[in-house]
Amino acid sequence: MADPEMNTDKLISALAADAKERPTSLSLVWYCSTAGAVALAALVCFAMVDVRSDFATAVESWRVLFKFAAAIALAIGAFGLAREISRPEGDWRAWRLTLALAPALLLAGVAIELAVAPVDGWLARALGHNSLTCMISILLIGIGPLVLLLLAVRHGASTKPGLAGVIAGLTAGGIAAGLYASHCTDDSPFFVALWYSLSVAGLAGIGAIAGRYFARW
Amino acid sequence: MIGDEGELARLMRAGMAGDERAYGAFLRHAARIVRSFAQSRVGHGPVDAEDVVQETLLAVHMKRHTWRQDAAVMPWLYAIARHKLIDAFRRRGRHVEVTIEETMDTLVVEESERARPWEIERALESLTPGRRAVVVAVSVDGRSIGEAAQHLGMTEAAVRVALHRALKEIEKRYGRS
Repeated sequence: MADPEMNTDKLISALAADAKERPTSLSLVWYCSTAGAVALAALVCFAMVDVRSDFATAVESWRVLFKFAAAIALAIGAFGLAREISRPEGDWRAWRLTLALAPALLLAGVAIELAVAPVDGWLARALGHNSLTCMISILLIGIGPLVLLLLAVRHGASTKPGLAGVIAGLTAGGIAAGLYASHCTDDSPFFVALWYSLSVAGLAGIGAIAGRYFARW
Repeated sequence: MIGDEGELARLMRAGMAGDERAYGAFLRHAARIVRSFAQSRVGHGPVDAEDVVQETLLAVHMKRHTWRQDAAVMPWLYAIARHKLIDAFRRRGRHVEVTIEETMDTLVVEESERARPWEIERALESLTPGRRAVVVAVSVDGRSIGEAAQHLGMTEAAVRVALHRALKEIEKRYGRS
């Protein structure tokens, strides 16, 4: 059989004939994967650890509120940006101010702690009680959600799949950190800025590698 | 007219709703836009502009759900074309380099360049015989889904599924086979 010549017009005929095959909306996939990510993170988190026993009184402290605020700001800013750059013409600058809110909160928290905490207590506050458990927990809580978010990135068409993976990792990190914060009793902004950030960076790194291979098109 | 944003968006919306005729018209418009974009950038290099056009059309099709129906279609189309152009150069291990001399040679060279098979034909060859027969019936022979089904002794639904899977596979293999 001679090679059928497949030129552009013929390709168009084939593509047009496929028009009735309706693809799933990208927004729908994003909403499902995000809802799934939050649910999965909560499931893993509360299967592993309990909410701190003094939760009701602890949330009145500015340090605890700061922990939640930074995590939620990260999750929301990164989610917005991940959705934006999952489209080919998406502009990463669109969400930069929202995403900058989380590190800004972190810096502000650290600055306040520097001002109010006695110098000889700095190290103890930064090291906390269970930094290693904290780091590993956030990674474990965040990894499943990261996979779900990467599925949405893959369904999209990012021209920067590695960056999109990083942002998906930050989103998963924000969700995981926010949930884990309800258990963790190390409340100093020093501790959060150090150990929480390391875990979130780890998830972002995994996202970068996975995105490059998994979300290419 | 080429580059009429409103008309192009209207055709694309109809196409997304399943209108094959409007979708075909959209793709032909899009092909012309991408062709002039690609031709102005490949010069007489290792990359064939028409291969970029075809790969862009495949991506446009497979990723059409990433277009927001309330947004302009042209920036979306150019973003995909740019991505595929860069990808084509990257695969050939070259950066975009165009000299004046090369541009002047382009017209002469284009005729003989076609000796190399289309990338898409190589992708087509890698399909299973069944899927390939469906693609050939619809594209090369120009049959409708119904005619192809009759010709191949399949149901229309089976033809649609085979075509869709074949296109997905072609898109995945394009330029990598």
